[in-house]
Amino acid sequence: MIEFHIEPRSGVAPYLQLVHQVRQALRLGLLHQGDRLPKVKDVAAKVAINPNTVLKAYRQLENEGLVSPKPGVGTFVTGTLGDPATSEHEPLRQELRRWLASARAAGLDPESIEALFHQTFRSTAEEER
Amino acid sequence: MTAIVETRALTKRYGRRTALADCTLTVPAGRVVGLVGPNGAGKSTLLQLACGLLTPTSGTVEVFGRPPAADSAQLGRVGFVAQDTPTYAALTIADHLRLGAKLNPHWDAALADRRIRRLGLDPSQRAGRLSGGQRAQLALTLAIAKRPELLLLDEPVAALDPLARRAFLQSLMEFVAESESEATVVLSSHLVSDLERVCDHLIVLADSRVRADGEIDDLLATHFRLTTARRDPDTLPAGMRVIHAEHTERQSTFVVRADAAVDDPSWAMEPLGLEDLVLAHLETAADLRPALEPQR
Repeated sequence: MIEFHIEPRSGVAPYLQLVHQVRQALRLGLLHQGDRLPKVKDVAAKVAINPNTVLKAYRQLENEGLVSPKPGVGTFVTGTLGDPATSEHEPLRQELRRWLASARAAGLDPESIEALFHQTFRSTAEEER
Repeated sequence: MTAIVETRALTKRYGRRTALADCTLTVPAGRVVGLVGPNGAGKSTLLQLACGLLTPTSGTVEVFGRPPAADSAQLGRVGFVAQDTPTYAALTIADHLRLGAKLNPHWDAALADRRIRRLGLDPSQRAGRLSGGQRAQLALTLAIAKRPELLLLDEPVAALDPLARRAFLQSLMEFVAESESEATVVLSSHLVSDLERVCDHLIVLADSRVRADGEIDDLLATHFRLTTARRDPDTLPAGMRVIHAEHTERQSTFVVRADAAVDDPSWAMEPLGLEDLVLAHLETAADLRPALEPQR
């Protein structure tokens, strides 16, 4: 069983914080297929958040195929979030290094690089939606 | 969406002082609604009108489609915790529960006893000797043991320390999660971070007018801070409604309402936290005040 928390200053909607925490727990191997998520009522009372927020998070996770509800029993983990094997990371990292080098060569300072990355990341994510 | 509370042009005056003017709003069913606004915005007046402790000077307020406190059946459906969570100082906790049982047809004695036990309170203790947090919990217990369909709370956590505040909100959320008939809750607070946790709907009230009203997730998804070289708000794209604008010689900072962020190399457009969102609406209300005054 995992425990949730809410960070009010994060600027991330509370339901998304819960979604992120489940995904994180799956990545870290703290949650496995077949595990039950905490009951909505228990999360609401423990974390002092609106039960609808918890329901919304669980629905989102269901839409992502990570959990599925069994009526009257609870919500169970059905999916996995295996990151692509870490062997995939290395070539990507090298590409990123090359890109960073060319960005610096073009005269961008670290903050501009970060801003450019985030802006591009966001607009690409929106196009894919 | 069924409206649990509906007000139309609701106005309350005390002599020459206007506490609430021309307030029109709807509280949807099954939600936890946060009521936020500066002191004197009319939050307490609104809550007291909704539970029938006050009668309107003009306009209407309806609860479950009827006037508040129309009869005892109507009263039995509404729970109200007044500001500073008042209790009877000379009565014990057990006295309070007995009083609740005698006065309320749907009293859930088992729930009340269970809550008092779990809070670790001694039933023979006088309410006057309780800490602020314990008194608030007792007031909440009385309100929820009557099994209300609408629970109104006026600044319930304002006077509590952070630990007691969290415990109170935990109890409140437990009640919401346990209520089978989807109780509706309205609570007023200055603490936007608390409201963001426990509410799914927010009403921003300033100068007795509703400045913003909606599901919190929708509000967050449609409000942005836009920073740009100084420009006239009228030159912003259609579909962006300016809530608040500030200018320096070179820069303009807008809080805008729009369906989605618009990428433009000439500006930075970022999502806005709930606290800043509320402040933007309240500041705008404050800016508008002198201009509106002569029209009243």
